[in-house]
Amino acid sequence: MATNDPVFGAGGLGAGQNALGGDNYLSHGHGLKSWLLTLDHKRIGVMYLVSILASFFLGGIFALLIRTKLLTPGSSALMDANTYNQMFTLHGAVMIFLFIIPGIPAALGNFVLPLMLGAKDVAFPRLNLASYYMWVAGALLALLSIATGAVDTGWTFYTPYSTTTNASVITMVAGVFVLGFSSIFTGLNFVVSIHKLRPEGMSWFRMPLFLWGLYGTAIIQIMATPVLGITLLLLIAERALGVGIFDPSLGGDPILFQHFFWFYSHPAVYIMILPAMGVISELVSVFSRKHIFGYTFIALSSIAIAVISFLVWGHHMFVAGQSNLASMIFSALTFMVAIPSAVKVFNWVATMYKGSIWLATPMLYVLSFLFLFGIGGLTGLFLGALAVDVHLHDTYFVVAHFHYVMFGGTVIAFLGGLHYWWPKMFGRMYSELWGRVGALLVFVGFNTTFFTQFVMGSHGAPRRSYHYLPEFQTYHQLSTIGSYLLGMGFLVIAVNLVHALFRGRPAPANPWGGATLEWRTSSPPPHDNFAATPVAGDPYDVEAWAFDRQLGGFVPRAGGSGS
Amino acid sequence: MTNSKGESVAEAHGGHLAHHFDTAEQQFESGKLGMWIFLATEILLFGGLFCAYAVYRSSHPEIFLYAHRYLDKTLGAINTAVLICSSFTMAWAVRCAQLGRRKALVRLLAATIALAGCFLGIKYVEYEHKWKEGLLWGKRFHAKLEQPAAPVVASPVPTPSVNPEERSLIAPAAEGPKGLAKPGQRPLWETGTGGPPKNLQTFFAVYFTMTGLHGIHVIAGMVLLTLMLLRARRGEFGPAYFTPVDLAGLYWHLVDLVWIYLFPLLYLIR
Amino acid sequence: MAETTHAEARASDHPTVGHVVPFRVLATVWLALLALTVVTVEVAGVDIGNFNLGVAMAIATVKATLVLLYFMHMRYDRPMNAIVFVAALLFVALFVSIALLDTRAYKPDLIPGYAPGITR
Repeated sequence: MATNDPVFGAGGLGAGQNALGGDNYLSHGHGLKSWLLTLDHKRIGVMYLVSILASFFLGGIFALLIRTKLLTPGSSALMDANTYNQMFTLHGAVMIFLFIIPGIPAALGNFVLPLMLGAKDVAFPRLNLASYYMWVAGALLALLSIATGAVDTGWTFYTPYSTTTNASVITMVAGVFVLGFSSIFTGLNFVVSIHKLRPEGMSWFRMPLFLWGLYGTAIIQIMATPVLGITLLLLIAERALGVGIFDPSLGGDPILFQHFFWFYSHPAVYIMILPAMGVISELVSVFSRKHIFGYTFIALSSIAIAVISFLVWGHHMFVAGQSNLASMIFSALTFMVAIPSAVKVFNWVATMYKGSIWLATPMLYVLSFLFLFGIGGLTGLFLGALAVDVHLHDTYFVVAHFHYVMFGGTVIAFLGGLHYWWPKMFGRMYSELWGRVGALLVFVGFNTTFFTQFVMGSHGAPRRSYHYLPEFQTYHQLSTIGSYLLGMGFLVIAVNLVHALFRGRPAPANPWGGATLEWRTSSPPPHDNFAATPVAGDPYDVEAWAFDRQLGGFVPRAGGSGS
Repeated sequence: MTNSKGESVAEAHGGHLAHHFDTAEQQFESGKLGMWIFLATEILLFGGLFCAYAVYRSSHPEIFLYAHRYLDKTLGAINTAVLICSSFTMAWAVRCAQLGRRKALVRLLAATIALAGCFLGIKYVEYEHKWKEGLLWGKRFHAKLEQPAAPVVASPVPTPSVNPEERSLIAPAAEGPKGLAKPGQRPLWETGTGGPPKNLQTFFAVYFTMTGLHGIHVIAGMVLLTLMLLRARRGEFGPAYFTPVDLAGLYWHLVDLVWIYLFPLLYLIR
Repeated sequence: MAETTHAEARASDHPTVGHVVPFRVLATVWLALLALTVVTVEVAGVDIGNFNLGVAMAIATVKATLVLLYFMHMRYDRPMNAIVFVAALLFVALFVSIALLDTRAYKPDLIPGYAPGITR
């Protein structure tokens, strides 16, 4: 291997493969200040990761409390109806604004994007740190709201209830406003990085698909989030100053609030899923040991999803009082937005066809994703049909649908990406056995929890309801058992990953045989990412890498260029 | 670390080049692109308010027509001219920064800030007048409205066209104060005798949110430009490095752009 | 642009990156903007029915274009900057037009005569 690549160069196998105990970004600079004031995208990514996982845990606690209450249909000693309203509101708000919107871009994207570009950092490192601190500020405001009376409006904050309810709406809404800016600035940073920091030889269509996914996400973050910003500002003005823009008694229009709210919140769900799809594109190629199928279609579909996502927001308002004309237009457009997603799924499956499937933990998450996102996406089409939506709106069917896409889609892909990049980020391999056990528990627990909700919803069980009819009790109990299984699965995953940090086998530079640039530097990477800027090649040329038993990882195939 | 041209990155461009950029041009263009993306987000922020304006003016043009007469067109026009001049001094300041003319840069930045202050001063005068007259938004509206010289004609109540044969068999609800209005009765929000339309506060809600958000952006701009002024006085800007002034200028021009649309939409309604 | 050292750049008064707009251009645009403001006010004094709004918006757009192209250098910059800005305008147009379409369609159904601006 006559390359002057220090990781895979003539210095011998193993030289520079694992940097634990040597100079890496984790050991570069010590003390709290070196972390809190860091400009290193890798450290910022790790801080985000810890923060959003903590938020996921908090949101999960709310979920388990809700599910525990729902074991019985009537009043419960666990919580009263008002508290229940606060529980589902907070579960939604925390999960959406603190966990899943920042989610993959902040925790994984921040770490991986510059590495995939062969760059030393994102375009604006100080803005990156500022984005993180804005997240923290938003989170603190949200926690303050929880501590001072919480919110019981549902995460959607519909007027006129949200403008008149006696709850800490302003604090929560202010928190979400600040979080919105965190999201906008992350998107801004990624767009400029992708435009300006690509290396020689990496044209747009030689870029990894994860970056296409992040780019599409960033378009939405930039264009949609400000509308949420103005919506929340108007909501605060309405509550604090009585502006009257959404109050019918003052000549205002509550439906206008919904237009404003959903113009952001529908594209927001694509902020959630596009990065996840990007992760899957990376994993499916590596773990099928085969070049991705249909690169151009997958890349362009990310942009198509980003654009079309702006055209469908009214499908949340079919029964809200929206005119028939607008409802019909939105219904037709909703059917259109499924097409680019389907294009991706077909290309991923085609990638697996005649590949050499390696059922490592990340691949189990890929398979879960295909199944769960397939169901979630298809049920979205049911809801997009006007006549059907009249019956299914505000039932558990909707709840099941969005959990299948957000949880079964984004969270599963997030877990897959986490398990894929964990060795790179921390230089340690985790136990494959327990990784697979965790993946299995999550899959079984998830379906138990949420498939029952599809059935329940199709029988008319309303959502957001403290009391429910006794005929639904068995469904609810089954769903709750599923949620406990889910909790156990996450416990297994958490213990496995944390244990790996201390006791895991030191990871080689390329444990999985990926062909993207982050695998060309040590695990964990040095502070400056690369000793010398790597030359970009085909990001899916996985067949150019061969497994080395002695190393326990992949090295460039002899005779090949390794690029 | 060496850049793609093989030279030490730190040497290129006397220390203004950040470690993660290869060339000054790459850094400059990245900064510009980043700023334009931020301006795009500001467009969308104000866009929501333009949407509210469109929706309410479309369904209640009589409110907008009547209420906008309380705005002073002259002050509005003067403010427009003030902002245009401040945009001119800002663009000129950027030019001076690019050419290394430090004194002129400082003076022009100061002029821009002064004109912005002038804008806010005139806005204060306008707001004070509205406050005194009670011409405020939503719940705070308590103006004493004068009777217009010519009566405002309320539009007639359209009778729904229902085919008598298809009339429902369900008995209609009772008429009365808590039930249906009597057929042909004027809706409550119309004053049958003419006079100012109801819900004038809707116009002022839109007016104050739009000009208020714009005003906040003017204040933020003044803070930003003051920071630029202080840095310019220290001689930090010149042909080698003027990006912050350029980017601050872009922001300032956006503030002007928004007002260019606000002025006719709020002050010049027919 | 070729890289010059800091010292060289200071010696010349030409920036190493970016384009300098000639003063003549800036001053012309400034005067044009002021003139167009006067025109806007004058036209608003004349009643041309439904076209008043259209004309006012058209003049505002001309002014905005001048500011964008010359004061904000869009004429001399990379096209991507313009694409970003125009994209934002398109999204606003999308939002306003559909919200307006929907409002105009359902407002008359609410209560007869409630929205006098919308005639069916």
